[in-house]
Amino acid sequence: MASAAEKQPMGLRIFLYGFVVFWLILAAFPFLWTLWGSFKVELDFFSKADWTNALSGARTMAETGSAFTGAGYEGAWVQEEFWKAVINTFLVCFFVVCTSLTIGTLGGYALSRSGYRYTFWLLILALIFRAMPPITLVSGYLLPFFEWNLWGILPTTIIVLVAINQPFTLWMLHSFFQKIPKDLDESAMVDGCTRFQAFRHVIIPVMWPGVITTGLFSFLLAYNDFAVTAMLLSKENQTMVPKIASFLGTTQTEGNVMFAVASVVSATAPLFVLVMFFQRQIVSGLTAGAVKG
Amino acid sequence: MKHRTFFWFFLPTALAMLLFIAMPIVSVITQSLHTAHDQVFIEVENCGPFGCEKEVSVDTEATEKIRREQPLGKWAGLTIYLDRGHLATAEVAEAWRTSADIGSFLSTINNLPFYRAMSFTLTYTFVVTPLLIILGFMIAVAVNALNQKLKGLVIFFSLLPMIVTPLIGSLILFWMIDARGVIGSGLQWLAGDPDLSLKASTGLTWIMLMVYGIWHSAPFAFVVFYAGLQTLPQDTLESAMIDGASRWQRIRYVVIPHILPLVTFVALIQLMDNFRVFEPIVGFNAEAHATSLSWIIYNDLGGETRLLSSAATSSVLTIIGVAILLSPVLVRTWRDFNRKT
Repeated sequence: MASAAEKQPMGLRIFLYGFVVFWLILAAFPFLWTLWGSFKVELDFFSKADWTNALSGARTMAETGSAFTGAGYEGAWVQEEFWKAVINTFLVCFFVVCTSLTIGTLGGYALSRSGYRYTFWLLILALIFRAMPPITLVSGYLLPFFEWNLWGILPTTIIVLVAINQPFTLWMLHSFFQKIPKDLDESAMVDGCTRFQAFRHVIIPVMWPGVITTGLFSFLLAYNDFAVTAMLLSKENQTMVPKIASFLGTTQTEGNVMFAVASVVSATAPLFVLVMFFQRQIVSGLTAGAVKG
Repeated sequence: MKHRTFFWFFLPTALAMLLFIAMPIVSVITQSLHTAHDQVFIEVENCGPFGCEKEVSVDTEATEKIRREQPLGKWAGLTIYLDRGHLATAEVAEAWRTSADIGSFLSTINNLPFYRAMSFTLTYTFVVTPLLIILGFMIAVAVNALNQKLKGLVIFFSLLPMIVTPLIGSLILFWMIDARGVIGSGLQWLAGDPDLSLKASTGLTWIMLMVYGIWHSAPFAFVVFYAGLQTLPQDTLESAMIDGASRWQRIRYVVIPHILPLVTFVALIQLMDNFRVFEPIVGFNAEAHATSLSWIIYNDLGGETRLLSSAATSSVLTIIGVAILLSPVLVRTWRDFNRKT
């Protein structure tokens, strides 16, 4: 594999490795630092006296008797009821992923199999919708939702997130469906399947990798959303991200910041696991739209 | 596929987009042309021992009633577009007449909320996008030269800044650059200035937000370019080498032309995404020094008094901005499609 074109002189090699290490520190250090610091008291995490306190936990030791404390987590999860937000987030994400994949696969399949001109215009329309900042749409939702008493509840937010996700889902699934040969469903239909049966029993089973990748991105969009969830959910129904933002709004009394730090780490953990298991799918999803063009 | 089958397959997703994307746009436009009702005043005559007095007071009941009956408010035409919070035509004209030179004109304009947000949004978009492409490309080239076993690990850590929720990512950095945080105190030590605070100065806040933006989006560019490098034609590379091309010339004349279409792709996507910059401003608590178009909408919508009409007007203006940015993407897609069919 190592062709002559890939051989590097020593100096360049060191430079390359140095650069990669530099980037790795840039990318990973903030997360590790915050993870470590979330087990300290505020005076250590924000240490005016000596930054090494955040590593050794001098004040934490003095206050709690051990170098690590779970006080931030306890405060966030028990006292501030962060667990409710966690449940809400997972409810929202689950239903958003299921719904958007169901209607997205149907729509994406139709777009990839119809040769008429209007499919192009529908895709262009979806692209325009994809470019809309979600917050601009939110100002259109508020008044009707207040009027019809739909504001503040989870189902409304789920449907809105599904709709906002649709353009992206359609594009991604469309490009995955295009890679599946048309002969496959056509021969199924010659054998007597209806269009829907061909889709359900022949196409979907070979589409799983594409469906999983698209599902991942739907999940991330719903999980990471701030604009929609902050505006459309009432205080009791908040998901994680607006909840964390509301921790910051309350006065920065001692300890309260550590609640926010602990909940930030809690909200990042699922994403860590996700990247660990689905790295390949995420990479293929990011490049799906790009490499073909 | 027959039109009929297509229709049924496409119906659910079309309904979702129609009801929750197309209709809200219409609703936003209508809202932006209306404004909240004025309060209804009534005149009451109070007669006491020293004669009668006329008093004007707010008729709460009547105000409530008219607000309930017409929640949109009253027709305002384009007045909200032209008021001080948005395009501020009167103020701009005034500034143009009275300012001595272009510099003082610009600084007056920069105090108007809409133009202030616009200037940050545009600066952010056009500074962050090219820089993240360059950084992404450098990482891709460096990682591509690593040995196979390390690559997976590096890609794993590289994905993190992009995958993590923007608000959470900006909070993590915000805590570190706090004057008492590790980077903040490190910078104080480097600058030899114990009172240095990144949050206190406008320039430093802007730089901080842009550094965050690059950190957040460079992994996307990296992944796309890295995938592009995998399909690099080895023969061309080797023949270039035989012809005596140096390492730099190989990158310049073989690698870069090969991934140029990907650069356009990343640039277009990132222009769209950076234009909606919003969460970092909330996360970095930076609204005193930098606001963006999305942020002023959020600010109008939140709080006790929901300024729906004002937010709607900013939304329409933002949508127009997006449309202008998007036009090259549309042209490109149009060409792609025509080439294929």
